[in-house]
Amino acid sequence: MSLSMHVPQPPHPNPGRPTIPPEIPPDNPPEIPPDGPPDTPPGEPPITPPHEPPTDPPREPPTQPPQSPETDQPEVDLPPAESPVRHQVSQRGISTAFRVNGVRHALTLDPRATLLDTLRESLQLTGTKKGCDHGQCGACTVHVDGKRVNACLVLAVTLHGKDVTTIEGLGNAESLHALQAAFVEHDGYQCGYCTAGQIMSAAALLHEPCGDSDDEVRELMSGNICRCGAYANIVAAIQDVRGKG
Amino acid sequence: MHQFQYTRAADIDTALRLFTTQGTGPPPRFLAGGTTLVDLMKLDVETPAHIIDINGLGLNDIEVLPDGRTRIGALVRNADLARDERIVTRYPVLSQALLSGASAQLRNMATTGGNLLQRTRCVYFRDRAARCNKRDPGSGCDAIGGHNRNLAILGTSEHCIASNPSDMNVALMALDATVHVQSPDGKRDIALRDFYLLPGDTPQRETVLLPDELITHVSLPASAAGERSCYVKLRDRASYEFALVSAAVVLQVRDAYIQNASIALGGVGTRPWRCPSAEAELTGQAPSATIYEQAAQSALQGAVAQSENGFKIELARRCLIHTLSTALPLQ
Repeated sequence: MSLSMHVPQPPHPNPGRPTIPPEIPPDNPPEIPPDGPPDTPPGEPPITPPHEPPTDPPREPPTQPPQSPETDQPEVDLPPAESPVRHQVSQRGISTAFRVNGVRHALTLDPRATLLDTLRESLQLTGTKKGCDHGQCGACTVHVDGKRVNACLVLAVTLHGKDVTTIEGLGNAESLHALQAAFVEHDGYQCGYCTAGQIMSAAALLHEPCGDSDDEVRELMSGNICRCGAYANIVAAIQDVRGKG
Repeated sequence: MHQFQYTRAADIDTALRLFTTQGTGPPPRFLAGGTTLVDLMKLDVETPAHIIDINGLGLNDIEVLPDGRTRIGALVRNADLARDERIVTRYPVLSQALLSGASAQLRNMATTGGNLLQRTRCVYFRDRAARCNKRDPGSGCDAIGGHNRNLAILGTSEHCIASNPSDMNVALMALDATVHVQSPDGKRDIALRDFYLLPGDTPQRETVLLPDELITHVSLPASAAGERSCYVKLRDRASYEFALVSAAVVLQVRDAYIQNASIALGGVGTRPWRCPSAEAELTGQAPSATIYEQAAQSALQGAVAQSENGFKIELARRCLIHTLSTALPLQ
């Protein structure tokens, strides 16, 4: 497997092209109307409200503003449809809008783009790692609506209205999530490449049915491969946070 | 990944109408959890020209119907189905099978309808440089005589020995599930035991489902009082690995006699493998080691070993005896 970070892209975008591919049958329009709300700033891609606007803040909202220069303030609260667009991918594609770490993003995406590539290449959130790119290693684990998934197998255009949490939304250097602190404390990594996925997986596990034993943690963490073999310390870190150590 | 047209469907009628307006060309494909389809699209094994995203259709409910049947929406995620208290209580074999499959992440994504259509893990099917009659009909089969340790010993043909990799389907097969589908022409119900096709000389056709038919629900017969069921999966790793062999058994016991037995094997068949002859060995009998061994012997009759997978015949036999003994322990 290549570890290439290549994002499938259509030919260079023509700014004059509509944002919805014209080949969609006219009698079967996509749910997203071709025009944004009336207060959409001119020249920006169409923005549409999510199907079911989430009303709750992310389960674990960031305690500090993201460090990314593109995002000055996270929008933790309900983003109205006319909330400012943080990022634009101005290429021919499918319009979609979802939140990442509490920040709403209205994007126009090649439908082939996975959530993983979109996070890394379009949103510059490179904390989520690409390992196998086939749902076999867990390095790309993120949360969608609070549930852990493999971002490499999710087409980003399917996330309209969803709430995504990545490792950047869990904590940061100034304010570590309890799991991040425990991974440091217990030396739960060596090279660190799988660590973001391990921690995101463990953060979801904290809210899933899981017995007290180490074996039950191992079973529910089996979708996260650590090539360095730091498993013993990873389990210890998770059990520490669960109070089961 | 090849380019494709993408459409979000808001309801079933919209999703199905796209077929009637499609005209010529390959039919659209439905996208649910994506754990099989997106994976295979990345390998260019699947190259749909049009994807219909059905995740907005609803079909997310698990209902116990007035007649005692349980109806499961096609988009119920594997994790939600496995953890549903009604499933855990009434159909433990299904919950056990689901939790033995894949990883927590994949179980959050994979759907009931999608898992019914899970594709084989045969390495030659997944590798476009290899010959594969399932992927490219008429090209040949590199698995026969090749790396076939994890492939089928039951239901094979000279054209294909690919095994069905699902755990869920093995439990559903033992539970006599019914698949409910809808097309632009109407609805129909298909007994799961009639749903899967043997490869024969058309291994590219895996089910009786037509391209424009959408799976909407799966239903399970009411579970009988005193029903005992169990799923056992044997594999190379303790977790996150496909079955070399698995077994699902559902037994109805009355007055110390087995009234009814349903048995299905996984990892060994070209489809989830129901074992009627083994069931006949058990029906009306008092449980005993001899009866369990006879049933297991019968289940594997007709098994054909390939160059690397002959061990599966004995492993499956022992797996079934172990599963029966776990579901209904001998005194």
